[in-house]
Amino acid sequence: MRTILLVGNPNVGKSVLFSRLTGVRTTVSNYPGTTISYTRGFTKLGEEKLEVIDVPGTYTLEPTSEAEEIALKMLKNGNVIINVVNATNLERSLYLTLQLLEMDTPVVVALNMWDDTRHRGIDIDLEKLRMMLGVPAVPTVAVTGEGIKELMESIPRATSPDGPTRSRDERWVAIGEIVDQVQHISHRHHTWLERVQDASVKPLTGGLIAIAILVLSFLVVRFIGESLIGYLLEPLFNGLWAPVVLRVSALMGGSGFLHDIVVGKLVGGEVNFVESFGLITSGLYVPFAMVLPYIFSFYLVLGLLEDVGYLPRLAVLMDTIMHWLGLHGYAIIPTLLGLGCNVPAVLSTRILESKRERFIASTLVSIAVPCAALQAMIFGLVGQRGGQYVIMVYGTLFAVWVILGIILNHSIKGFSPELLIEIPPYRIPPWRIAIQKMWMRIYGFLAEAIPIILGAIVIINMLYLFGVFNAIANITAPVVSGLLGLPKEAITSLVIGFLRKDVALGMLAPLSLTAKQLVVASVVLAMFFPCIATFVVLLRELGVVSMCKAAGVMIAAALITGGLLNLML
Amino acid sequence: MPLSHMRPGQSGMIVEIQGGFGLINRLNGLGILPGKRVRKISAMIARGPVTIEVDRVQVAIGFGMAKRIIVALDQ
Repeated sequence: MRTILLVGNPNVGKSVLFSRLTGVRTTVSNYPGTTISYTRGFTKLGEEKLEVIDVPGTYTLEPTSEAEEIALKMLKNGNVIINVVNATNLERSLYLTLQLLEMDTPVVVALNMWDDTRHRGIDIDLEKLRMMLGVPAVPTVAVTGEGIKELMESIPRATSPDGPTRSRDERWVAIGEIVDQVQHISHRHHTWLERVQDASVKPLTGGLIAIAILVLSFLVVRFIGESLIGYLLEPLFNGLWAPVVLRVSALMGGSGFLHDIVVGKLVGGEVNFVESFGLITSGLYVPFAMVLPYIFSFYLVLGLLEDVGYLPRLAVLMDTIMHWLGLHGYAIIPTLLGLGCNVPAVLSTRILESKRERFIASTLVSIAVPCAALQAMIFGLVGQRGGQYVIMVYGTLFAVWVILGIILNHSIKGFSPELLIEIPPYRIPPWRIAIQKMWMRIYGFLAEAIPIILGAIVIINMLYLFGVFNAIANITAPVVSGLLGLPKEAITSLVIGFLRKDVALGMLAPLSLTAKQLVVASVVLAMFFPCIATFVVLLRELGVVSMCKAAGVMIAAALITGGLLNLML
Repeated sequence: MPLSHMRPGQSGMIVEIQGGFGLINRLNGLGILPGKRVRKISAMIARGPVTIEVDRVQVAIGFGMAKRIIVALDQ
């Protein structure tokens, strides 16, 4: 089977095009570096089945980051290259095009974002461009699907023109000639979007915009999450599901091992969805009524920020602060993704240039950035005791993020590279794509969380039954009670935290902790060790040695922070 | 004049990039090379990154890199 590679600069729409060609859903955002590993799919050209690979974006064939190295390795496996080009910026896009044309693989060029050329007063002479490049060039608008059919039809005409192998300077000269002859730009006035664009990277206005956006984001996430829980899911569970649970409980005889696994322990003859810890009580209530609403509202807001193109601007504003932590501004992207889920966050550290940065960023994310599932539970359980306790948890984690970052920066050899990123224009999010991304994230959460949560509940009940938890609790009591000031049973939550942190925090509910203990436990649980999904990704991305170092940092930092909190509160 | 020292709003033409192959390679990838016209949009305080516009695209460049990009200002 022949393989088609989609190759191009970052943020030109390769992944949208890929979705169009193959029907495979991909994550699409408006910032360079969204795609950090390749995605595979299939399409048909007449009767022929073709494999299509979405390659991470790269500016040149001399790689400068891990994502670009991946792109380069992929190139050897292609039979045809679709070079996706940003039609509004031929000057820069064509450098990669010329490099690709010097290889032996046949190429067609997709001039994507063609609709934007009109708005921006850019006129491109297609015939002349095709002639000068010597390969088919097809205008496309991937988000609407315009030109996709023509692009597919041009694939049999893909060629690898005989041309000289040029030096870097010669390529730039050649690009200058092509652009001079092919592109005509007419002057036009600045739009309001462009004015906002400039304002958001200036120190004063940019800072104010950033603060406004972050505060507003937080309020919107909270408002939507709380509303969904309070007006939809709680009434649904309490009104409709609780009677069913009681009937099941009665049918199963009201107690016994199997009853405890399925229904859990009834509290005073009533269903307590948080504390019962059965499959059909907490097992459903935690993921659906406590976590899912926040997953939805968080990704709604994050998706909007991603698609509008705000994140690279935040990277510029945060750059100086991130340098204290041994990172540069672009590391804000893994950090924000980590507030949703640490797994994609660790993967996205591939957009950073050095191993050192990737280690620091991954470690900081997995220690100090609580995922949306854990945050939802923090709001749910800690929030009941008062907003100030939630602020304590967040304040502590933020302080740990900063202090630990500074320590890592000073103790690891090397330096933090400088920021160098393209800032894409603001765009109105394409709704179809935004909804698709939201669905992928929700589905991803459900597919991963539900089996693990249900499994965790079975395991928890078994471990209780066989007295394993008691044994562990007695061994770890000096640390858990002595150092952290928690009841020794709290260790069960830390152990289960390795499976999922949302369930783990839920396990603290029946322990009747004081508000202070709940703060300590939440912080330690967040920091102590990554959940299994994050652990696997960290292991793969960092390697065994670095993972062990990171784990050491995590455990030490968690115990020190927890101990200090216990003393101070 | 180095890009880092230009005032926001000023524009000019890049005349030289003082750096090794790696730096030149990365900057070239983003369309920043001698002969290109640039406009400085902003600079963050405390030697933060500099944002410029080249060929209708905005690029943010760390201060240290911006020092090595030499620009001939427009009169």
